[in-house]
Amino acid sequence: MMRRLQIDSKYLPLLVTIALFLGLYAFGVVQYRGFSSPQVFFNLLIDNAFLLITSIGMTFVILSGGIDLSVGAVIAFTTVFSAYMLEELGLSPIIVIPTVLLFGVTLGAVMGAIIHFFKVQPFIVTLAGMFFARGMCFVISTDAITISDPFYRALALYRIPIFGKTFISVNVVIVLVVLLAALYLAHLTRFGRTVYAIGGNQQSALLMGLPVARTKILVYTLNGFCSALAGVVFSIYMLSGYGLYTNGLELDAIASVVIGGTMLTGGVGYVIGTVFGVLIQGLIQTIIMFQGTLNSWWTKIVVGLLTLLFIGLQSAFASSRRTRMAARKAQPAAKVTPGAAKLASDVSQQG
Amino acid sequence: MTAQASWWERLRHSGLFWPLVALALVMLFNLLFTPNFFRLEIKDGHLFGSLVDVLNRGAPLMLMAIGLTAVIATAGVDLSVGAVAAICAAMATRLVGNVTDVTSTPLPLVIVIALGLAILCGIWNGLLVSRANIQPMVATLVLMVAGRGIAQLITDGQIITVYYPPFFYFGAGYLLGLPFTLFIVATVFLFAWWMTRRTAIGLFVESVGTNASSSFYSGINEKNIKLLAYVFCSFCAGIAGIIISSNVKSADANNVGLFMELDAILAVVIGGTLMSGGRFSLAGSVLGALLIQSVTTTIYAFGVPPEVVLVVKSLVVLFVVLLYSEPVKLALDKLAQRKGVRA
Repeated sequence: MMRRLQIDSKYLPLLVTIALFLGLYAFGVVQYRGFSSPQVFFNLLIDNAFLLITSIGMTFVILSGGIDLSVGAVIAFTTVFSAYMLEELGLSPIIVIPTVLLFGVTLGAVMGAIIHFFKVQPFIVTLAGMFFARGMCFVISTDAITISDPFYRALALYRIPIFGKTFISVNVVIVLVVLLAALYLAHLTRFGRTVYAIGGNQQSALLMGLPVARTKILVYTLNGFCSALAGVVFSIYMLSGYGLYTNGLELDAIASVVIGGTMLTGGVGYVIGTVFGVLIQGLIQTIIMFQGTLNSWWTKIVVGLLTLLFIGLQSAFASSRRTRMAARKAQPAAKVTPGAAKLASDVSQQG
Repeated sequence: MTAQASWWERLRHSGLFWPLVALALVMLFNLLFTPNFFRLEIKDGHLFGSLVDVLNRGAPLMLMAIGLTAVIATAGVDLSVGAVAAICAAMATRLVGNVTDVTSTPLPLVIVIALGLAILCGIWNGLLVSRANIQPMVATLVLMVAGRGIAQLITDGQIITVYYPPFFYFGAGYLLGLPFTLFIVATVFLFAWWMTRRTAIGLFVESVGTNASSSFYSGINEKNIKLLAYVFCSFCAGIAGIIISSNVKSADANNVGLFMELDAILAVVIGGTLMSGGRFSLAGSVLGALLIQSVTTTIYAFGVPPEVVLVVKSLVVLFVVLLYSEPVKLALDKLAQRKGVRA
């Protein structure tokens, strides 16, 4: 009985998220005609591909206890820079795509290094990164640039049939690859475990001899890569580049991560939850679209309230966990302490 | 040590030193490179010129910075100031209506309702932070996202243009030859200064920002102090929103106060208030806001395309933040000590 309860509390936020997704989907199917078409679901993936990629990257940052506000601006910059290189400079996509990805990686690494070595709060550094990327968009071009490159066009128009008449786009395939890679990274590699450890308690992670500096910088680098990739996906989706694209997307990404059950304080959460967080946002948007009479701004308000609800849930879970831990500590604590003390002294001797 | 040196030392160690140096550098730059930057003219009994422009355009930012100083001093942050400004601007213009020379609501009532709404926003933020114990950045992020939606709902998704001249006085009027906005800023500043330096509230705020739980155990109602800070911050943002909408004679829910939260945070940090809370400087924040506004104006005056402003600002943010960061501070202190020993 006890054991079952423990598992429940660990996965509870994730289960709530999945239940909410299924509930919303069922509501849509019952309420609106045509909602049950599988294509509605695939469109969720197609329309939110870029948000999925960037939110997956953001999950790692938040798991490590940080935050990155620059993602929306990096996506916009990627679209503008790609469009500029493709159209104005006439470069081939083979050069363009690696270049923009390299830019994202570099920006992420620089921000991560500043956050770690200068001990500046992540949100200020990434705020500066956001200004920088947004500004660079307009330095390159103040107008929208249409992408007419045949490769991009082919990717945008290519439909991969699933069954019957339903289809997904190439972007969805990219998302699935990113998702699998992220699941592997987060749960099956040393890097992933270190991210969780840093988010749980950076000091302990350091004392345990984990590579904190390298991992923290890598997390921001990874997120820079993800947002640049999301930018590539977005430029394929929109077939243009514009500096005002994805304004405020960082908040959508953070909301997805939070709705997905990841603790904003770091250390607790799942990549797969983020996927459902994005899908829930997409569903709300779709339902409001099907409804047809509501102002599209209701999406923002509902998502804002939902985010709040989940943060409230999280702090409720956290406090109940704390009281349970305290209750447990009262009994077998004595057994654990000597070993832990020995470990700590060993580590400090090594250090 | 001479009297002058001690005066110098005092200034050197006060929080206002670096913002003043930076402001002086920007002004020096303008003196050398921007023609007519310091020229002041009197037209129709009003003072005109780039300097007046800086003060006038910077008013909303100065107001937000004053409000945000209180919040940051309690170790919080308010990302919703821009959205609150948009809500207030939307409400005010909606109440005034778009009929020429006529207002559908008496002007005092417009102000009271709009600012009342701002105070409600502040109470919302404050309750989330102080009672629900949500991290300030996230709690105010919610209103930052949802706030623009609320503003859109108030304006019905339209850009409301107003044609009622008395409403324009807040943002574009002149009193005694000076922009009326300056008097608003001065009033709010003096009020905030009096509240924090002539009553115990300032001390309470610093205490809560330094250590909330020890403040609680020494008998300070730390929750209400935080609540008060957020309410005051939203109130200031609300005034800023009214000024902005009055100045441009319209309210665009998407654009009023957009990106201003970032400028305001930067202003407070430049002013020497630490993001980690505790000691704060209202005058420093106002100086910070003026510095940001003069940098912006300088960049514009220099014929640089407005697009570059964001890039320059980001580099300035980075520079200032690095200058204030722990490792750099330690290194600078070491340098100063070595010099002291040699002398």
